[in-house]
Amino acid sequence: MADYRLRIRRFSPESGEAPHWQEYEVDLDGHRSVLDGILQVKDREDGSIGIRCSCRAAICGSCGVRINGRPNLACHTHLDKAAETATDGVITVEPMGNMPVLKDLIVDMDAVHWKKIQRVTPWLLPDGPEPEREYIVPPESMIDVTQTMACIQCGACVSDCLSMEVDPLFVGPAALAKAYRFVGDPRDGQQFERLKDLAEDPHGIYDCTHCFNCIEACPKGVAPMSQIMRLRRVANADHHIEDRNNGHRHERAFVRNIERNGWLHEADLLPDSYGGKFHPRAVPELARSLPAILKALQRGKVTPQKALLHPHKAPDDVKRIYKHVHEKRERFELNLYVVGKEDEDAGPPDGVAAGAGASSAHGSSAGHTPAERSPNQ
Amino acid sequence: MPAHDVLIIGAGLAGQRAALAAAEAGATVAIMSKVHPVRSHSNAAAGGINAALNPEDSWESHAFDTVKGSDYLGDQDAIEVMCREAPGEVLWLEHRGVTFHRNPEGKLGTRAFGGASAARTYYVADITGQALLHVLYEQLMKVHEFVDRYEEWFVTALVQDDAGDCCGAIARNIRDGAMELFSAKAVILASGGAGQCYKPTTNALICTGDGIAQAYRIGAPLMDMEMVQYHPTTLAGNGILITEGARGEGAHLYNAQGERFMEKYAPNKMELASRDVVSRAEQTEINEGRGFPDGTVALDITKVPRKRTLEALREIVNIGRDFAGVDITREPIHIRPGCHYVMGGVKTDVWGATSIPGLYAAGEVACVSVHGGNRLGANSLLDTLIFGRRSGEHAAERARAMSMPRASDAPLRDEEAAIAHILRREPGGRRISEIKDELGTMMNEKVAVFRDEDGLRQAHATIRRLKEEASVAAIDDRGTVFNQDVLGAIELGYMLDVAECIVVGALERRESRGAQFRLDFPKRNDDEWLKHITLSVDGGGPPTVSYSPVTMTQWEPQERTY
Repeated sequence: MADYRLRIRRFSPESGEAPHWQEYEVDLDGHRSVLDGILQVKDREDGSIGIRCSCRAAICGSCGVRINGRPNLACHTHLDKAAETATDGVITVEPMGNMPVLKDLIVDMDAVHWKKIQRVTPWLLPDGPEPEREYIVPPESMIDVTQTMACIQCGACVSDCLSMEVDPLFVGPAALAKAYRFVGDPRDGQQFERLKDLAEDPHGIYDCTHCFNCIEACPKGVAPMSQIMRLRRVANADHHIEDRNNGHRHERAFVRNIERNGWLHEADLLPDSYGGKFHPRAVPELARSLPAILKALQRGKVTPQKALLHPHKAPDDVKRIYKHVHEKRERFELNLYVVGKEDEDAGPPDGVAAGAGASSAHGSSAGHTPAERSPNQ
Repeated sequence: MPAHDVLIIGAGLAGQRAALAAAEAGATVAIMSKVHPVRSHSNAAAGGINAALNPEDSWESHAFDTVKGSDYLGDQDAIEVMCREAPGEVLWLEHRGVTFHRNPEGKLGTRAFGGASAARTYYVADITGQALLHVLYEQLMKVHEFVDRYEEWFVTALVQDDAGDCCGAIARNIRDGAMELFSAKAVILASGGAGQCYKPTTNALICTGDGIAQAYRIGAPLMDMEMVQYHPTTLAGNGILITEGARGEGAHLYNAQGERFMEKYAPNKMELASRDVVSRAEQTEINEGRGFPDGTVALDITKVPRKRTLEALREIVNIGRDFAGVDITREPIHIRPGCHYVMGGVKTDVWGATSIPGLYAAGEVACVSVHGGNRLGANSLLDTLIFGRRSGEHAAERARAMSMPRASDAPLRDEEAAIAHILRREPGGRRISEIKDELGTMMNEKVAVFRDEDGLRQAHATIRRLKEEASVAAIDDRGTVFNQDVLGAIELGYMLDVAECIVVGALERRESRGAQFRLDFPKRNDDEWLKHITLSVDGGGPPTVSYSPVTMTQWEPQERTY
């Protein structure tokens, strides 16, 4: 009697056959990894199963796959946990998404992932001559970019990026996290140029739709989406970059809209994104958006009544949140490696994630926390 | 037929550093690896990189610690080169963007490490190797016009010209199975170690001794092969590494009776004695019945302030949780010594040049020898970078003075035929995985922390038998695209060659020094054995043994205590 059953997506480009599923039995303890399971099958039954793997310890980033439909490293997923999320008791393993499959579980990362990494000028560009010794930089800044240095380029975030599914040209979560590694590095001299470039690119930082998939997918707690949001905040608040995609204005309109209404008043969002209904540039831009407005009317998303009246005002709680945030002198930048205080002994059993979750560069726990997610928890 | 001034095989830290150095010296460069460069095993070096960069520290102190750590088997001229050039190399890395830990003044900060008389280990949390590897790859992407990258190409053989000079390599494109002859004026091997000869091991699945065996097969002598480091803190079962940084940050070791047993073995340095000493102490405790029932002792990281652990040892917090089910900030974790590093390798001089003109080696594949009988923690990253750079520079210089060698097609046809032969194998042979398992388990039993003649002789006989079996091992995959089966068959051959050299070296060295402890010769014997053992290929039989002197500059052998 086998301990676990695996259903592996097979594809051999030489066979001329379509991709298909094949089932295998695995004799291993539940705390062993899905990779161990695949390797056992490969060792005992079928050496032709293709999977990249090397370190077995979640540091080399080779074995990104989809397990029961979710991206992860095969070596970083326990068999027992994977069996729990399997719909019919059989653990399904298939190649990652958004990248062409070369064979079985092996995808073409060069064609997608590495091309996008190249896109963000992924090397340090310091200004001026090199110092004789090291660059003197704030200790926190190095710990801060270490979160993105923790990225192992496994492609799990790319696999399930919804924006990339819709827009294959989207620079994407891994590459934008890589971009933050330089934007956040005080030694880099091209912060403005990098941000301007990524803000102006229609497939750049404003192409992300906040779906959180990449944060869920990342086995290393890099939280790519959080890094994208940080790129936007630095572009916006520090460099006042007005991009031709209207990204920053749209984001600001969103924040003001909720501050005013307490919830999203969609009829205002579009004009607000152009600087308000009466802004000179709103007229031509609104005119261009007419088809969208008509469609919204047609589907009842907007009614003339709702568009003109503001039936809902922000409750005090919302106002208080906004007041609290506005009064902060410094921006909160949350980071996994900058941890909270020493006295966190009474944390939950997975105290690690809690410790990281309650962290910020300034020791506060306000705001969204990029808590590390592991499917093993 | 691709032709480059310098062909680099292996794209971990040594290979990438060599590529950058050779390109900077004006050479045309190709760097080739059987995996994507950032998958290389340099990733696993967690703790840091040593350099005497503080004004209060000195390279002589670093060098002496390294000499003593090597149990006086390290070549002191090479160690001097490495330790002198270390500070410059760390600054070079910092200037290229490595996010090294800073002290409160914003300068580079250090942590303590085993066998070192000063805190001189520079680090990035506990992902130092990963951070370095990814930053070097950034630099490689930057110089893409000067360095051709052949990612996922598998080298099957080195090529020599009529004079015996190395002039290229034959490689198989893993993606489509195409074989190609790469011509080069100089070839640098940087393809890492051979930990997969052991099971369990901290080493990645790719560490199959390819380069060591490739050089050995064309006649380059190997040196110090008996010296295989067992790391003191690896997880039972899967062999996953817990960084020495944990002990550097203050973690203690306990036996099952709750005794901090290092007091007995290294009263001064305690847990931060050199690795051979700590591993031997642990294995003694376990063998004498003071370990836990799972054959382990306990590493207690709860001694380290929790905040510090979460900041500086984050990766092992994750490893403890994911691979052992233990929250290391709250409870001890069970560990034991495990195969980690081969000090030996292809014999080179301080410029990485091997005995074969045109062939260089750097990093774990090489034996300069800076590690001698035992490598200090955080000296391996340094070794890869210093000697990677030096071989890149030297190879580029060699290339400047010569024209492109004309390699014949014959070796390419031979290699194609060899692979076709593997693909045509009849069913019925043993499975590759079975042979590999038997090899690894046997090596871990008989060629481990403690060795003796009987065990080593049995080990050698087993390896001879496995070699026979490996030549007809079963193959399932007959395709060309990502045929990992056929690569596995070739790797198995590499591993068996390397394992045989380890065993022959261990049999030959009838004394105990560094990582080699012979129960039948338990004392260090400087009179007879203060020398390197070198091994050279001899047809299909066991290697022939010869000796080479240890280079001494300023440090006479002393009794070694910690």
